[in-house]
Amino acid sequence: MSRTVIIDPVTRIEGHAKISLHLDGDGRLTDARFHVVEYRGFEKFCEGHPFTEMAGITARICGICPVSHLLAAAKTGDKLLGVTIPPAAQKLRRLLNLAQICQSHALSFFHLSSPDFLLGWECEPARRNLFGLMAADPDLARAGIRLRQFGQQILELLGGRKIHAAWAVPGGVRIPLSDAAKAWILERLPEARATARLALERFKPLLDGPLQREQQVFGQFPSLFLGLVGPDGEWDCIDGQLRLIASDGTVLADHLKEDDYASFLAEAVEEWSYLKFPYYKPLGPAAGMYRVGPLARLNVCERIGTPWADAELADLRARHGRVVTSSFAYHQARLVEIVACLEAIEQLVGDPQLQDQRVRVRGSLQCHGAVGVSEAPRGTLFHHYQVDDHGLITRVNLIIATGQNNLAMNRTVLQIAREVIPGPVAAGAEIPEALLNRLEAGIRCYDPCLSCSTHAAGQMPLRLQLVGVDGQLLAERSRG
Amino acid sequence: MAALTLRIDGQAVAVPAGSSLLAATRLAGLALPVLCHLDGLTPVGACRLCLVAIEGQSKLQPACTSEALEGQVVATNTAELRELRRMAVELFFAEGNHVCAYCVASGACELQAMAVTLGMDHSRFPYQYPLRDVDASHPLFSLDANRCILCSRCVRVCAELEGAHVWDIAGRGRHCRLVAGLDQPWGEVDACTSCGQCVEACPTGALFHKDDSTAEKHPHPIRALQLRRVHDLPPRPDP
Repeated sequence: MSRTVIIDPVTRIEGHAKISLHLDGDGRLTDARFHVVEYRGFEKFCEGHPFTEMAGITARICGICPVSHLLAAAKTGDKLLGVTIPPAAQKLRRLLNLAQICQSHALSFFHLSSPDFLLGWECEPARRNLFGLMAADPDLARAGIRLRQFGQQILELLGGRKIHAAWAVPGGVRIPLSDAAKAWILERLPEARATARLALERFKPLLDGPLQREQQVFGQFPSLFLGLVGPDGEWDCIDGQLRLIASDGTVLADHLKEDDYASFLAEAVEEWSYLKFPYYKPLGPAAGMYRVGPLARLNVCERIGTPWADAELADLRARHGRVVTSSFAYHQARLVEIVACLEAIEQLVGDPQLQDQRVRVRGSLQCHGAVGVSEAPRGTLFHHYQVDDHGLITRVNLIIATGQNNLAMNRTVLQIAREVIPGPVAAGAEIPEALLNRLEAGIRCYDPCLSCSTHAAGQMPLRLQLVGVDGQLLAERSRG
Repeated sequence: MAALTLRIDGQAVAVPAGSSLLAATRLAGLALPVLCHLDGLTPVGACRLCLVAIEGQSKLQPACTSEALEGQVVATNTAELRELRRMAVELFFAEGNHVCAYCVASGACELQAMAVTLGMDHSRFPYQYPLRDVDASHPLFSLDANRCILCSRCVRVCAELEGAHVWDIAGRGRHCRLVAGLDQPWGEVDACTSCGQCVEACPTGALFHKDDSTAEKHPHPIRALQLRRVHDLPPRPDP
């Protein structure tokens, strides 16, 4: 008799999800799915609100990356007002996003994922977390927490609060950077750099040793990659234009404008998940699967533009080739981006224009619709608003980074499941905990934020279900 | 001017004849919460936050619309009054859609400040989630009816100070709502002089400047001083 194994909740990710493994009558794996089981409805209840409130409202989608929504909303608002924001505001928004990416990547690497690498896949779940890491390696855990604090503190210095600071607004930003804030950033930068170096020194030997197999089976497949690049093809996280490449390095589309997203992105819907499945429209849902996020950004760019980050990018490419197709490399990509952010922050705070006092322009509604884009820590984020004559929202479409990785996450789960369940599973057989954890870890590569991507609530539990061919639930194991 | 004396919370107070109990309480140096009252406008007793107990009267009275009388004995800070005031604020929150998280007035909202002052940490009444609109038809300002508490300060400031009488309250009971002109979009009301006094008088984020976003509404500096004077009165000890 066939059955389905459900992992519910998936742990150490942001949001609620479950994984189901489908076995046929002989106990052989036929499919694996990553289900997102929450719904929030932001796109609907934003209707009727003034577009000027969208930054404040959409930032509330997420407590981890409110900045991403804030920036996308502010950029969309700039376009609705038809204004070009002052150069200082542009640089301050970039500084905000760099700090945001830095803190979010530190959270993903140190708090959520590193317990798997540093404490081991087989480590008991009760210890395989940040507290276990604190007990095993307090210095590294402290350094990771302080690196996240560095990013978070910059957000507070700029916006007045760490979470949900409504500082970026249509037309620019509210307050310029203070001397005290600049001094604090400069003082803490050396420590942040030292932590990034420590993390790379600890992680890279693991890639050469115990984590080699994971690099081969955690989402190792060809796909497209999408991300923003600067005018000369350099790494970018807020301005620039979209580039889409194939895994052989071919640039399929370049200089894509976010305004035209509907012409190149389409979204499929499956009844078993609240998370939609975006794909590259010209190639269809199968061949059009693309990935976004740190790995995609590093794949689509020619270079980063700062010395240490470029050296680390070269190391990543030396390990995997010019286009990195293993999703396990997202972890290393996050560390490379932390380095890139720290170097870019250092360059920015040394820029005298950053403290220019003119940081906002005012305007009035100039058009009835606009699309804003920013690179969230997890990938490219689109906000599309349509407004009436008075600036009240009539339609909202949010395309979130995690959603764009949905096809790839499902494929990753299937790939790992095939690897760890090579043969038939006997009826009623117990599912080993290490298997549960590896499937979850496959999802963690993408650092998904499901609360963002479905516009949904809560924290993430994990359930593993075994379902038969007739749809009957045969076995279940849950955690969280 | 003739003076009269009365006792408020056990304290003897001398006030000019014709003073309201609210004015008398403030002259005594005692704080009394208000939301619908604005110095310079006709009091209407709409918010019921300044209710006081007058000895010899079975019903509680709003201090803003009650005249101080010779020999009165008034209590303004009993446990019952504090409970009723908190309940009134809970009802304001329950009957509208007050979401401080992205509200333009967050941090400068009198309703929000009142909830904190009165110790409201939740509403005992179920939220009504009424379907209300935003009127953004005016070129400079907007009305978000979700945040309106029907204090009528905008109605009075427009009628009494500006002389335009753009605003009024329509409907009955829970169907009461603020309307512009003859229940028109605000931007179509010819009488509006765009002076912005209604925006300044609004205690919440219901009326706001169009290009202000979350937490950007701040009272005019003079109004801010007025508010500070009222809110800076010494805290009241429990009787």
